[in-house]
Amino acid sequence: MAYFLQQLINGVTLGSIYGLIAIGYTMVYGIIGMINFAHGDVFMVGAFIALIAFLALTTIGITAVPLALLLVLIIAMVLTAVWGWTVERVAYRPLRESFRLAPLITAIGMSIVLQNFIQIAQGARVKPLQPIVTGGYELFHQGSFSVIVSNIQILIVATTVLVMGAFWLLINRTELGRAQRACEQDRLMAALSGVDVDRTISLTFVLGAGLAAVAGLLYLLYYGVIDFFIGFVVGIKAFTAAVFGGIGSIPGAMLGGLIIGLIETFWSAYFTIEYKDVAAFSMLAIVLIFFPTGLLGRPEVEKV
Amino acid sequence: MGGANTKSWDRDPILTVEHLSMHFGGITAVDDVSFAVGRKDITALIGPNGAGKTTVFNCITGFYKPTEGMLTLDAKDGPPHFLERLTDYEINADARVARTFQNIRLFPGMTVLENLMVAQHNGLSRASGFSFGAIFGLGRFGLAEKEAIDLARYWLGQVGLLPRADEAAGSLPYGDQRRLEIARAMCTRPRLLCLDEPAAGLNAKESDALNALLQAIRDKEDTAVFLIEHDMSVVMRISDHVIVLDYGKKIADGTPGEVRIDPHVIAAYLGVSDEDGAALEARP
Amino acid sequence: MRLADSGKTLGKKLSSALGDSLLAAIVAFALFSLVLGLRTVDSATGLTLEPRPALLATVVAIVFVGRLALNLFVWQTDYPLTRPFAKLFTSEPFETRDAVTLALAFVLGALGVAAGFLFTETLYGLIGALVLAFIGIGLLRRATVRTFPNLPYTQVFVAGGILFALFFPIVSYALESTFNLGLPLRYWFDLSILILTYVMLGWGLNIVVGLAGLLDLGYVAFYAVGAYTFALLATHFGLGFWICLPIAGAAAALWGIVLGFPVLRLRGDYLAIVTLAFGEIVRIILLNWTEVTGGPNGIAGIPKPTFFGLPFSPFAEGTTFSGFFGIHYDGLHALIFLYYVILVLALMTNLVTLRLRRLPVGRAWEAMREDEIACRSLGINTTVTKLSAFATGAMFGGLAGCFFATRQGFVSPESFTFIESAIILAIVVLGGMGSQLGVAIAAIVMVGGFEALRHTAGLQAIFGEEFDPALYRMLLFGLAMVAIMIWRPRGIVSSRAPTISLGDASAISGDLVRQGR
Repeated sequence: MAYFLQQLINGVTLGSIYGLIAIGYTMVYGIIGMINFAHGDVFMVGAFIALIAFLALTTIGITAVPLALLLVLIIAMVLTAVWGWTVERVAYRPLRESFRLAPLITAIGMSIVLQNFIQIAQGARVKPLQPIVTGGYELFHQGSFSVIVSNIQILIVATTVLVMGAFWLLINRTELGRAQRACEQDRLMAALSGVDVDRTISLTFVLGAGLAAVAGLLYLLYYGVIDFFIGFVVGIKAFTAAVFGGIGSIPGAMLGGLIIGLIETFWSAYFTIEYKDVAAFSMLAIVLIFFPTGLLGRPEVEKV
Repeated sequence: MGGANTKSWDRDPILTVEHLSMHFGGITAVDDVSFAVGRKDITALIGPNGAGKTTVFNCITGFYKPTEGMLTLDAKDGPPHFLERLTDYEINADARVARTFQNIRLFPGMTVLENLMVAQHNGLSRASGFSFGAIFGLGRFGLAEKEAIDLARYWLGQVGLLPRADEAAGSLPYGDQRRLEIARAMCTRPRLLCLDEPAAGLNAKESDALNALLQAIRDKEDTAVFLIEHDMSVVMRISDHVIVLDYGKKIADGTPGEVRIDPHVIAAYLGVSDEDGAALEARP
Repeated sequence: MRLADSGKTLGKKLSSALGDSLLAAIVAFALFSLVLGLRTVDSATGLTLEPRPALLATVVAIVFVGRLALNLFVWQTDYPLTRPFAKLFTSEPFETRDAVTLALAFVLGALGVAAGFLFTETLYGLIGALVLAFIGIGLLRRATVRTFPNLPYTQVFVAGGILFALFFPIVSYALESTFNLGLPLRYWFDLSILILTYVMLGWGLNIVVGLAGLLDLGYVAFYAVGAYTFALLATHFGLGFWICLPIAGAAAALWGIVLGFPVLRLRGDYLAIVTLAFGEIVRIILLNWTEVTGGPNGIAGIPKPTFFGLPFSPFAEGTTFSGFFGIHYDGLHALIFLYYVILVLALMTNLVTLRLRRLPVGRAWEAMREDEIACRSLGINTTVTKLSAFATGAMFGGLAGCFFATRQGFVSPESFTFIESAIILAIVVLGGMGSQLGVAIAAIVMVGGFEALRHTAGLQAIFGEEFDPALYRMLLFGLAMVAIMIWRPRGIVSSRAPTISLGDASAISGDLVRQGR
């Protein structure tokens, strides 16, 4: 029971990170109907920017943890957003009127570019960061096993909830959110009604990348080590989460993230850890094949 | 309807639709519709926008599974086919019901001739030992292909596209594409040909040619024609039997002459005020 | 914004170009400031940062200058400097200014080549040679097309290519053994075997992606199945290459059906992602199922193919290849034989594909790519049709995998990563989906180009000793994938040849051909 509870806590933490990335996939799919294959790598770039920003702040003497965290969060979100914007501008926008699979192919190309760029610029070795947020609370213990919720876990869940809340307001209460939904429904009609479609799509990528940067920072804090390859598998998992939750649905992405995080944690806890990634890929295949509309998605009727 | 047996479509139906209903989520697109399509007739399904015509079509041609109802195709030379039990491709392959689409669906990057060859896929595939046999020289593909080309040539002649046989289908003008789609459907040697708004977008001259083509198919081929049409003048001129849908329900069924004067049809097409509507409802 | 506007004054143009380039430079600065300008390095106390302001400044400056040049000379001008170069490959007449531009480029190229020779500036020499070759080929092409307008150029080109592929090893080997020229034959043969393997893989995947329009991101799984099938059969049961070749093909085809069946209802992009997942699952299982697959260590000791039962070996029980023909043993014999094996396998893939295209199933594949719903309305069982494409493509992947195993003598999961699938897909896409010729050209260019990067020692002279060009290969590969997709989304050969005709059929423009749903 105690073990189960501990895994539940771990799963929710991991799921929060996946959920934040999944939103990027789901928004982009919703608005332009493409799988932004490079999004996982944008998350990876975000994690690297966060790491370097931390080190830079330490070097110039800003060591107060809350202040450093806040600054790093802002820097990572802004700079990663620029990456997201650039990827869209360079690789996807020119292909908007091309055949459907064309942007998927450039997305794969972009993913390769980002991975190898970081590998060249920062080296292939794993990058450790000494723990920044430490400590935690023991909830209770059962025999020799104690259930612990660490401060970093609290920070991750709290940040996710806060960011999600702000994001929710942004999408539902502002002009941008309305423009986004209009583009999702009918891009041509939206353009005719005066929505700047290009700008809306760009902003979607910027927002998605910003959230991915938050996820990157949290991932860095949680695991304490990153490398240039983390984007691939984490991206796949987050994409699975997005589909599972119902692609195009933002609450769905968060829900899917939580479920995928829980599944992964429990799989590793109760089954074999070597096949952890097989579990992730199998989940992806199963979800796509059997639940392509997801939990909160809209069913699609084949148009004849 | 007292003298039902005097109607050609009731005497010798190729397709009988009984109590067909189709729901999408909470929306009822087709509501308990029954009718028959005569073997030697041109039958038209008409009705205002959103009346459920295309849904009926998609049920008959297997693109939708009807929520309820029976669709029976009487093959005359064999056992009947229950269309609601067949999956999409079997409707054409087994029951031999062919169709065209409202927004033309050709294979735009293939030539006109190739389009017609694809339509004869099943026969050719068997003749070629399911293609993989023919790599090793099995089957009698050469002969079958020659016959297939002859059939394609015949239909290209019928629709006047023989000179354009080697052009890409996607490069043809709109009217030609419509006729090519009919030729392609005919190349599957159908018993029943379903046409979804074949005259849409055609000019008067093309429309006349289409009428002649459809009449020729009815008279010379062993194929019944069933079409959805918006353009009343086309319908009235060539069809033998007209079925009218409105809001998913059948409101009239008869010869063009009968349907033309039916007050429900007039009301549906010209709009109706509440009082008139009430008066119609009150009719016995 | 990028439209040439002749009404604009020079000043306006200049200021707008400057503004745009400045913006690009600012974006570049934001992008690269942290991830390129600061490098994380390990030290005794953990990670520390090493600033690289010069590198950052250089990159930002390159972006600024490059963007400015593009703005001024290509985008915001009535006469883009790229036009004469594009004209080289058309039949449009040259204007005076075209000739001047080309002449200037020619002179610059020649200067580069001269610098390369005189001052051993390899990079300049290489770029110069490329420019000269580009202009030379273009001019030659224009001249021949004008003189002999009716030659079937494609056919001549293809026939020439096949003849070259057939005779190149024998002729070069004969030359070498007669005159002792010191040619790097082993390297040439290895490279051509590698290229041919990718040509075959490209042709195999072309059936699935190019003809049937199903985007398969896990093609490497079938390559792996073929390789491991042979490796396991050879090491456990002592079976030879020629017996295992058809078994490997059949096993891969079977896997194609098994993996293909559940995914075929899916839409294009979902199908792509599921196939990627399957590819990764296969690789992870190979990696972890140590008892059978040897895990990360793989399987070694895979035998080489025999020449009709004659092994290539300096000493063996029984007759060897060299012994039977009474010639001196040479390690190159086995390599040349491997070359012909893969050449025959690749040509067979091509012939089968060309034949299938003219048979009902091939036409159904292409029709399915064009419009699946119309296919079903014509009575075509699209599930079976898709499965047949998947299985046929997988079979060729399996055959190539079997060959890969025998050539390496060793297999491990490392050879079957997602990147490998991406490379094969890139070959198909860049070649022009559905075009056999395009795929072959793309395979040669990409694999050859990759290889060229490995051997640019000259670049090290410029960028310093620690510069490792191999590191940049994947980066350049990714960039090329994006750039070519944007520049030519339809690939190198974008037209489609009809499979049947009543009279003279001409190729169909790629703009009409649909790709993917």
